[in-house]
Amino acid sequence: MGDPILSVENIKKSFNGVPILKGVDLCLNKGEIKILIGPSGAGKSTLLQCMNCLVPPDSGKFRLEERTVDITNKRELYVYRQQVGMIFQDFNLFDHLTALDNLTIALRKVKKMGKKEATARALAELSRVGLEEKTHLYPAQLSGGQKQRVAIARALTMDPKVLLLDEPTSALDPEVMGEVIDVIRNLAKRGMTMIMATHQINLIRTLADEILFMESGAVVEQGQPKVLLVPGTRSQGFCDKLDILTGKIK
Amino acid sequence: MLSPFYQELVSSLNRGLLMSLYLIIPSAVGGILLGIIVGCFRAFGNTFVRKMCDTYAAIFRGTPLVVQLFILYFGLPNIGICLSSYTAAVLGFVLCSGAYQSEYIRGALLSIKQNQYSAAQALGFSRFQSIVWIIIPQALRKALPGCSNEIIYLIKYSSLAYVVTCMELTGEGKAIATEYFRFTEVFAVIGLYYLLLVSLAILVLKKVEKATLIPGFGQF
Ligand SMILES: Nc1ncnc2c1ncn2[C@@H]1O[C@H](COP(=O)(O)OP(=O)(O)OP(=O)(O)O)[C@@H](O)[C@H]1O
Ligand SMILES: [Mg+2]
Repeated sequence: MGDPILSVENIKKSFNGVPILKGVDLCLNKGEIKILIGPSGAGKSTLLQCMNCLVPPDSGKFRLEERTVDITNKRELYVYRQQVGMIFQDFNLFDHLTALDNLTIALRKVKKMGKKEATARALAELSRVGLEEKTHLYPAQLSGGQKQRVAIARALTMDPKVLLLDEPTSALDPEVMGEVIDVIRNLAKRGMTMIMATHQINLIRTLADEILFMESGAVVEQGQPKVLLVPGTRSQGFCDKLDILTGKIK
Repeated sequence: MLSPFYQELVSSLNRGLLMSLYLIIPSAVGGILLGIIVGCFRAFGNTFVRKMCDTYAAIFRGTPLVVQLFILYFGLPNIGICLSSYTAAVLGFVLCSGAYQSEYIRGALLSIKQNQYSAAQALGFSRFQSIVWIIIPQALRKALPGCSNEIIYLIKYSSLAYVVTCMELTGEGKAIATEYFRFTEVFAVIGLYYLLLVSLAILVLKKVEKATLIPGFGQF
């Protein structure tokens, strides 16, 4: 299927001699959405952070649009990261900058865009996530859902080819989860390539082109939801537990 | 009308006050700048740079300022470096103040959450850009109360300039006190002058703190 945008091969990572990722291979095709599930401590966050080298992997090959990326070359790594956006569980907005400047600073400093152009682009992205009214508020003045939407808009200003999302709704109250989920659904509609760790059961069921079930640093099950979410698989067992937690099954 | 003693006292002290300001303002600015640079090196530099800067800070925080001033003014001529009393005093204050300021700055830099750096890196910022555009602006705001405190100390320890014959407030006052043998009154008035200077500094620093205030940064 499709043409591969980002592929990583044999990613390994140990912390203090303990292997946390045991050689993960992964390939994202254009427009594809992969969802990463698995028990706490499985290494989902570590994998996502290795994918843009926020956590430098011990070994691993990276290919972005058919080009091998040498992650030991700083310049190449910085350019690679611009193309691989990241959304964090805790939003990670720049605390000293307004919503607008959170977006413009990257455009101006990394993309070397002029002030006017950067502001226009940032405003467009902010209004796309429904925050045109909040542009001059600081992170401390925004709700969790608004912060995450600013974070998504910020990632999008860099025109990433792929988005890595690490539990984008886990730090949110149930009432505001919906607004972030809507933004993610919209991204999916626009054809954004994404890999997302999430425990949000309806996102898993409705968005995933493929589910990756991770355990102890390895992908142990992998497949389309309709194949994987059938009785007897690890993934279905895991989703059942999530259902029990969210109260859907008694 | 003031008595001749008070007339002479006030005119001497005003002259001294002017000299004190000439000492304090460049020393405060230089101390802050040096503190920022050294603080950044101590927080983010490589091992060698870090060790060098740690050593500098240890020496200048670990020895009395009088000793530093004596060495700069009376000691350096032995190796052929002659500084004017004013230069020696300002240099001493900048070096001493910079050492303390670097400690406040370093502490503030280290207190910035890792996630701010990660976010910048994830957007494609280089390490240098992340530090300059994200970490330092946040850290400076956090360091401001500590740095203000150091400036207030500086105003008072600027009175040590007279030991290297730079006639500032304390030096001028001491001369009058000795001449008239009226120590209590003279030093009480000198004290008032410093109190005034410090109050003024507090006012200005509060303004700066207010102007740079950002919601969520030390505001509850
Ligand atoms: N910087 C680190 N130093 C040491 N160990 C770490 C570090 N980061 C992660 N680990 C370990 O790696 C393992 C995987 O962590 P990771 O955060 O990737 O799990 P996860 O699958 O994202 O879990 P969760 O669902 O709770 O977010 C954990 O056992 C964790 O303790
Ligand atoms: Mg995680």
